[in-house]
Amino acid sequence: MNQNQNKLKASVTLLRIFIGWHFLFEGVVKMYNPEWTSFGYLATAQGPFEWFFTMLIGDATIGWVDTLNIIALMVVGVTFTLGIFERLGAIVGIGLLALYFFAHPPFPGLTQMNVEGNYWIINKNLIELVACIVIYQLPTGAYFGLDYLRKNKLKTQEQ
Amino acid sequence: MKWTRRDLLIGLGGLPVLGAVWWAGAATSVGSQKKRSEILEQLNIKPSLPPAVPGIGGDPVRIGVIGFGIRGEQLTRALGFATDEWKEEMRLAAEEDPNNKRLEDFEAQERLNVKLVGICDVFDVRAEKFINSFSTDDNQIKRYVTYKDMIQSGDVDAVVIATPDHWHAPMSIEALNNNVHVYVEKPMTHTVAETYTLRNAAENSEAVFAVGHQHRQTLSFSTARDIVDKGTLGHVSLIQTNTNRNDDNGAWNYDIHEKASPETIDWEQFLGSAPTVPFNKNHFFRWRKWWSYGSGLSGDLLSHDYDRLNCVLNMGIPASVISSGGIYTHNDGRNVPDVIQVNMEFPDFSTGSSQAKGKENGMTFCYSATLGNGFSRPTILMGHDATMELGNRLTVWPDGASTRYADMLEAEKMRPNVPIYQYDPAAKATDAVSSATSQYFADKGLMWTYIDGVRVDSTFLHMREWLSVIKNGGKVSCGIKEGFEEAISAHMAGLSWKLGRKIEWDAASQTLKPIEGIDFDQVLLANENWNIQPEMVG
Repeated sequence: MNQNQNKLKASVTLLRIFIGWHFLFEGVVKMYNPEWTSFGYLATAQGPFEWFFTMLIGDATIGWVDTLNIIALMVVGVTFTLGIFERLGAIVGIGLLALYFFAHPPFPGLTQMNVEGNYWIINKNLIELVACIVIYQLPTGAYFGLDYLRKNKLKTQEQ
Repeated sequence: MKWTRRDLLIGLGGLPVLGAVWWAGAATSVGSQKKRSEILEQLNIKPSLPPAVPGIGGDPVRIGVIGFGIRGEQLTRALGFATDEWKEEMRLAAEEDPNNKRLEDFEAQERLNVKLVGICDVFDVRAEKFINSFSTDDNQIKRYVTYKDMIQSGDVDAVVIATPDHWHAPMSIEALNNNVHVYVEKPMTHTVAETYTLRNAAENSEAVFAVGHQHRQTLSFSTARDIVDKGTLGHVSLIQTNTNRNDDNGAWNYDIHEKASPETIDWEQFLGSAPTVPFNKNHFFRWRKWWSYGSGLSGDLLSHDYDRLNCVLNMGIPASVISSGGIYTHNDGRNVPDVIQVNMEFPDFSTGSSQAKGKENGMTFCYSATLGNGFSRPTILMGHDATMELGNRLTVWPDGASTRYADMLEAEKMRPNVPIYQYDPAAKATDAVSSATSQYFADKGLMWTYIDGVRVDSTFLHMREWLSVIKNGGKVSCGIKEGFEEAISAHMAGLSWKLGRKIEWDAASQTLKPIEGIDFDQVLLANENWNIQPEMVG
């Protein structure tokens, strides 16, 4: 393994763990707070997909939306921090971040609510989404993570 | 299969991260909930539930509408009837702006068991519009030339009065004397004397009398009442409430209809008790600008703010009132002020005290209004222990020097700049400590309240309550007692502004303390300007 590739793997691993950390914390905080709801976030949605997000806030759907959101956050958090099934985690993360992005897109002409900093079209959600694409393309669980043990085990059995 | 220590380090290296983040997340969440529930437990505030009213059963209530101008149309919509013109206008508005949900909301509104049977409007165009919009083959709506014809016809069970102020009392009294139920717009009277006559009529009538202060249906206000009753704010010494408008509509410069003429308007009937002046379109459509027909900021808008607070605090009529202001932003021939400050004194009123007995007593209600600036100033109740912002949402902040919360402030469980309670009927849950989610909600104004997160027109709720009381008995939330207090308080403010002196209320005799040589009603009605005219002085 050449040195450059090692450096790249170490960097992506760090990126993976940090994103996992971020998602996991969000998921756990929401999981332990029985009164948390995405209602406000969805009800104030803006932009071209507003109709979709406001559709989700019905009495019948909001409970499912909240639960699925927590599960999705935890899936990304656990797979990324532990370094296993991270491609699945990356896909879930990309989907989730795309939803967050389009619920409150930083498009010109829309009012930006509760955001720190200034954004034009690109915001941190979108950047994190692209980072998830990188993680999907460069899985590092076998380099550092549970996948290392799984792969190693397979190798041992083959011998 | 053998794993070396190195293998385990590489394979399980993420596990401590997972454990640490999990622990931190759980601790943060549980910790803030504990802090929250501790505060909530101490405050013990009960968010108000939507008012349950018994159904309006039996035969539909036969309703006659008197006055079908801007407010009359709104009230009729609250009863479930919108003109074709309005529907078309709203359809276009919704096409232009998908956020405009007024037509959608109207169509979703619960149907009330009412039947429109008659209209009385001195402007032909409006009466015809009413009939053209609501008359059907099996329900021919009748136009009555005068309100007396309508009330005495025996064909109406109830009337909705949305006329200029100087007609409110005569029409209400006529209806009550004939046991016809009344829903009248505020202020319920135009003079002091009428206020007493109307009270007598209401007390001696079998009919149900309601004043159009629809705010009483707003859920946040009933929750606010609970907050104050629990002593959350401590002794409230000052209330600040405001009107801020900066547009033609807000300054009562309404559109003048192109078809308005002496032929289409019964001018003499419009004038009624008002001084005789030649036909004047400006007066007819923009009557709120003259004391002859309207009551200016004090009767028009202060009355709402006063009643909002009277509904929360039940403070009654002030012991004294001092007002000042002038015509500073719309010097267009009007004679009612467009900037006014009204200070109402309640020297014996208290919302309860957390300090030594007798130290705190008395309150000032300060109303400040301008028609020349639209910056939104919130209504604020200032107590020794906490401050409450009162609107469609409620927010309570502890005061840094509070006696009641001293321990919690000391322990830093509370901070003066962090709300300890937030109520937003549009949200699913109440928030003790301000959260990002609750801040997301825009305040939608006072026309609406929320029931189970659904936007409902508070005027609709107010009229539904009135109709339910007509059918089932009970008490309306804004009846003659509340209307009397609102009207007297508003008249005191108007009188004080006109006379430039303090107006006092004698609670024992239930009368205004007389001022020698001054006839209050002549002052109220005086039209030329706000200086005392020779004929006012008796």
